[in-house]
Amino acid sequence: MLAHLDSHRFALALLILGLIAIIGGDWTTLNTDYAAEMQRLLQGMLWPDLFATEFLLNALGTTITIAVLGIALGAALGAAMVPLYRFALVRVGCTAVRAVHEIFWALLFLQVFGLSTVTALLALALPYAATFARVFSDILSQAPRSVARALPLDTPRLLALLYAKVLPVWPQLVSYTRYRFECALRASAVLGFVGLPTLGFHLETAFRQGYYAQGGALLWLFFALIGTQKWWLRGWSWPLLALLGLVWLPWQVHFEPAWAKRFLLDEIWPQLQYTDHSLWLWLEQIWAQAGPGIWGTLMVAFMALLLSALLCSISWPIATRRLFPRSVWLGRAALLVGRSMPELLLAFILLMIFGPSMLPAALALAIHNGSLIAHLLAQRADDLPLRRDTGTDPSSWAYEYVPRLAPGMRDLLTYRFEIMVRETAMLGMLGVASLGFYVDSAFELFQFDVAFALIVITALINILIAGLCTRLFSQRD
Amino acid sequence: MISVTNAPPKTPAKPVFSLSQQRLKQSGRVVLSIDRLEILPGEKVALLGHSGVGKSTLLDVLYAQCPKDVAWCPQQLGLIEPLSVYHNVYAGRLSRYPLWYNLANLLRPWPGRQHEVTELLTPLRLTEKLTSKIHQLSGGQRQRTALARALYQQRPTFLGDEPTTGVDPVQSLTLLAHVLNAHTTAVVALHDAELALACCTRIIGLKAGSILFDKPSQQVSSTDLERLYQC
Repeated sequence: MLAHLDSHRFALALLILGLIAIIGGDWTTLNTDYAAEMQRLLQGMLWPDLFATEFLLNALGTTITIAVLGIALGAALGAAMVPLYRFALVRVGCTAVRAVHEIFWALLFLQVFGLSTVTALLALALPYAATFARVFSDILSQAPRSVARALPLDTPRLLALLYAKVLPVWPQLVSYTRYRFECALRASAVLGFVGLPTLGFHLETAFRQGYYAQGGALLWLFFALIGTQKWWLRGWSWPLLALLGLVWLPWQVHFEPAWAKRFLLDEIWPQLQYTDHSLWLWLEQIWAQAGPGIWGTLMVAFMALLLSALLCSISWPIATRRLFPRSVWLGRAALLVGRSMPELLLAFILLMIFGPSMLPAALALAIHNGSLIAHLLAQRADDLPLRRDTGTDPSSWAYEYVPRLAPGMRDLLTYRFEIMVRETAMLGMLGVASLGFYVDSAFELFQFDVAFALIVITALINILIAGLCTRLFSQRD
Repeated sequence: MISVTNAPPKTPAKPVFSLSQQRLKQSGRVVLSIDRLEILPGEKVALLGHSGVGKSTLLDVLYAQCPKDVAWCPQQLGLIEPLSVYHNVYAGRLSRYPLWYNLANLLRPWPGRQHEVTELLTPLRLTEKLTSKIHQLSGGQRQRTALARALYQQRPTFLGDEPTTGVDPVQSLTLLAHVLNAHTTAVVALHDAELALACCTRIIGLKAGSILFDKPSQQVSSTDLERLYQC
């Protein structure tokens, strides 16, 4: 039934999903004074307080070192799991671990290890290890067999593995790890929103207290961090940064084994004593939150998908050299800012402007994903083989470029939809009525069983959507 | 049946294209050096020679001289695969209409334009393919669509690179004559010398990086052609 969606039908499906979202979601905005809020925000951006040095540097150092250590730990764990990845149980386990967002992992570890470096590291390393395990084993399986055959028969197994499997695909392994680092940097910053002392924490605090100049400085710092990483993240700086992190980060942990045991073995499992020992009533209680949570998540994600599609279809030309040879750097810079802003951070800023509703969340997701897809489309547009009488005016975009870019755009949107659902669930942390909102509330009420059940449901939804998207892919011609 | 004007224009007209002391490069390498070449209005010129001799490069250079007057028909057909024959032909006139008109036409073809394109496709025997997507067409049908796109532009000059590839020999003749007739001036790269002699008024033979001969069609002898294609 889903087989071969051509671009027209895909566009139609997007419109229908968007329509469902408009009807089924909550798009009213509460804030009536956008202009004043916008003005304060812009003022903060234009006159940032760059002299809050000590705390700026602290936030920066924590964000970077946690990202480096988290990636190192994740990559090591992931690599260690590669030999086991052929077992179905390991694969399913990895899928499950991956399906839970870093922020939710942080909330869980927070209960066990408190606000500590260990919590932050584990929240990053665990889902990343699961991802690394899959991607590393995918990459290793592509190593050419001929190298293994050419080795002498008495080569020690470890050496054979190194020479025949790892070295031929080493560049791919490094480049994927590097890409993941970019994600880790964003995730590390965002972990501040649950209270860990990274950039996100200081950003949230500054803006919530109305220190717009400080917030502006932090935002610029964050852009600089993302924009300059290819210069400061080199082969030699990895171990240096990791070492720095080991020495500099605070390592004290408030770990009580008795509580940890109770939390893991008792607190997160159904607490039936509050529901007359009836599992049915407990499930009803869960469903009363999961139902609206799932609905809200889907509505935001549908709207985000439609808005991303609109945004990327109008913004790819500005980053295409062929179309804007002189101002292409400006377009590329705009898309760079859009795609390097983590969704949570964007949503937080938009929430300040528009007030709580589904709109800021959907907009944030659309800006992040729309800019990312537009950036990729622009690269493709510059590489398209075109006849030399092709114009550079908007009519030619519509006739010569868009039909050729459309299939790629459709695939990228399908792929990113999976990520949009995952991120929407998490954005609930900010008060948007998605699954994360109910998870966060349950944690605040110390209803760990409800929180855990909702996290599991969120993970299942993620796996379901991912499976659906993969199916859509594999059935295309 | 095929009207070919053999007589050169009486009054010395301003040339449509003119080259002097040109070294044509392809990816940094000089492929063709031309001392002097002028093409006058009304001439129908065929470029002959082995593949790789620089015919396409020469056409590229000519195109760059007055892109606004040229209906361009490249060898890589440059058709938009996901769109219909109608939209591909219409794309030839994009610059003539405003953006909103072009966009509306993507959603629903304008009846007037569709009528024009249908009429244009009749002599090309493509009418029943009007709404077919390019990827459903055969090689010859694609070639004819590319020609239709060039014709629809209604420009005074036609530049074509092997414009009848994939079309059967009998059709090639009528097709090429039709296209040449629709334009005041034309330069076409051809691999079929007979076709060139039948349709064009002037033949330029390219060999080993320069012009071997440049004569009116009737003066081209079989010796000329033998020398041209000799290895």
